[in-house]
Amino acid sequence: MTGPTTVVRDAVPDGARTPASPAVTTHRGRAVADGLVMTGRYLRHVVRAPEEIIIYFSLPIMFVLVFGYVFGSGMQVPGGGGYREFLLPGVFVMTMLYGIGATATGIATDTGRGVVDRFRSMPMARSALMTGRALADQVRAMLEVTVLVVCGLLVGWDWHRGIGNALLAVGLLLLLRLALSWVGMVFGMLTPNPDTVSVIVFPLAFPLSALSNIFVAPQLMPEWLGAISEWNPISATTTAIRELFGNPGLGSDSWPAENALLLAVAWPVALIAIFAPLAVHRYRSLGR
Amino acid sequence: MTTYAVVAEGLLKRYRGGATALDGFDLHAPAGGIYGLLGPNGAGKTTAVRVFATLLRFDAGRAEVAGADVRSQPELVRDRIALTGQYAAVDEVLSGRQNLVLFGRLQHLAARDARRRADELLEQFALTDAAGRSAAEYSGGMRRRLDLAASMIRRPSVLFLDEPTTGLDPRSRNQVWEALRSLVADGTTVLLTTQYLEEADQLAARVAVVDAGRVVAEGTPRELKATIGADRLEIVVEDGGRLADAAAVVAGLTGAAPDTDPDGRRLRMPVTDGVGALVGTVRALQDAGITVSDVGVHRPTLDEVFLELTGANR
Ligand SMILES: Nc1ncnc2c1ncn2[C@@H]1O[C@H](COP(=O)(O)OP(=O)(O)O)[C@@H](O)[C@H]1O
Ligand SMILES: [Mg+2]
Repeated sequence: MTGPTTVVRDAVPDGARTPASPAVTTHRGRAVADGLVMTGRYLRHVVRAPEEIIIYFSLPIMFVLVFGYVFGSGMQVPGGGGYREFLLPGVFVMTMLYGIGATATGIATDTGRGVVDRFRSMPMARSALMTGRALADQVRAMLEVTVLVVCGLLVGWDWHRGIGNALLAVGLLLLLRLALSWVGMVFGMLTPNPDTVSVIVFPLAFPLSALSNIFVAPQLMPEWLGAISEWNPISATTTAIRELFGNPGLGSDSWPAENALLLAVAWPVALIAIFAPLAVHRYRSLGR
Repeated sequence: MTTYAVVAEGLLKRYRGGATALDGFDLHAPAGGIYGLLGPNGAGKTTAVRVFATLLRFDAGRAEVAGADVRSQPELVRDRIALTGQYAAVDEVLSGRQNLVLFGRLQHLAARDARRRADELLEQFALTDAAGRSAAEYSGGMRRRLDLAASMIRRPSVLFLDEPTTGLDPRSRNQVWEALRSLVADGTTVLLTTQYLEEADQLAARVAVVDAGRVVAEGTPRELKATIGADRLEIVVEDGGRLADAAAVVAGLTGAAPDTDPDGRRLRMPVTDGVGALVGTVRALQDAGITVSDVGVHRPTLDEVFLELTGANR
């Protein structure tokens, strides 16, 4: 079957179409605008289905109650000071860590149900799904941190080195969350089934928090576990924000403990440098 | 000169798993109207549509959609098309209205235009009452309609539909058909895949029959029917004893002996001008004093064409 290969330019005259917004004309302007629309979408999910975020809240609050009150009374903080003051920064970090599950299941749901096919067949920026999710995760993280700060103040936790350092600590938490967003997106696209991906992600997140300095000093662990725990990115952020909040720490003099602030920036940046390109690559190769 | 909305030449697509889904797929779908891709399960229809919609890379060949090259100008293609896939591609958490506004915004409508267009489409697809409910609570038919509405937000120049009515009740199916016809009246070309011959026959101006990754026949439904045989005239005479006389009369008219039925009362013969032959033959038989008890022109159905082309033993 052969025929003349002249092809219709555009069957619908431009005037007959609903006009596109003139505000978004440049490529980059489009990418930003599309990303923001996508952020709005994920935030609407939170409003329409608040169960999910409530589940994500209940976990850290339970940790505060169980560890802070049930076990906490019998625990000694090596560096001195109250256990709840010691615990709260760790709970902040853990909440950021477990957010990876929300990211992964959210992206897996999109990819698995075919809505990503619609996005990919539309003239929207290809980055929008990922940048939109990352930004929505940041908004969620701010909400989570706010709630946890209030809870913390209620159980006797406080910051002691001024609001500037406290805000810096929050910045480190958000940076960690940003890195974990990209990790979660990669997992979500690799396993486009929300049930499967949560079965994979939570068992991965749990050892990261257990093998850290959130609950227990690495010095109390067997030597090799202690080393993992010292170098764990989760420990870096925890130590750094304990310092910034002026909460009791572990008083360790190991290199990672002394340079916790540096590591709390370097680790997330490294994770983003690895996982953001992986996520983009994965998104592209959905079409193979 | 004909203009084409979709052109494919020698498309080849082999999945990683090893299946060759497109194996020299050629297509020239003219602009305007509804074009049907008809084929059995596994023929490669979905693969072809996903290639045209820039969702899937292909290994060889060339594809052009709405004047843009699929491989080198995918953004241009995406700007001119819409796709409603085999499975509803909507956000299940959001309401129907929020879905349409979202997709409108992502196609760069201003917020106010996106909301207005959403309301129009909800009305058109009888979803206004359910506009505020989560898509997850929609029935299959409602979700399909929402999905279709999402594809019509910017009145694409080519709309791809992958089995748009599979699993729909007759009422929803009619709504979908109606919406397609009105879209076509506005100038959109629709390329739809279907396993239902009836759908292709009812809707499509032209049909390509797809089997094992290639187009095995192409034409209007009427042309396709003609490929497996002309119309047949069937005559039943009242008195079986006069069948031989009747056959002689018919042979005298057409110059060839008709098939006669073993049950003794029926004759069949191929004809080109169905109705004209019917009238002429019946008159000749009456003139010969033979009473005709039943007469009819039998047209092959698209079913028969389809089975013939794709192998009846499947
Ligand atoms: N993602 C995939 N991976 C591997 N093989 C596939 C994939 N999708 C489809 N196929 C195979 O490609 C062939 C064509 O499939 P498809 O295009 O879905 O046909 P249709 O839509 O006509 O039913 C089938 O043999 C099918 O098994
Ligand atoms: Mg299919």
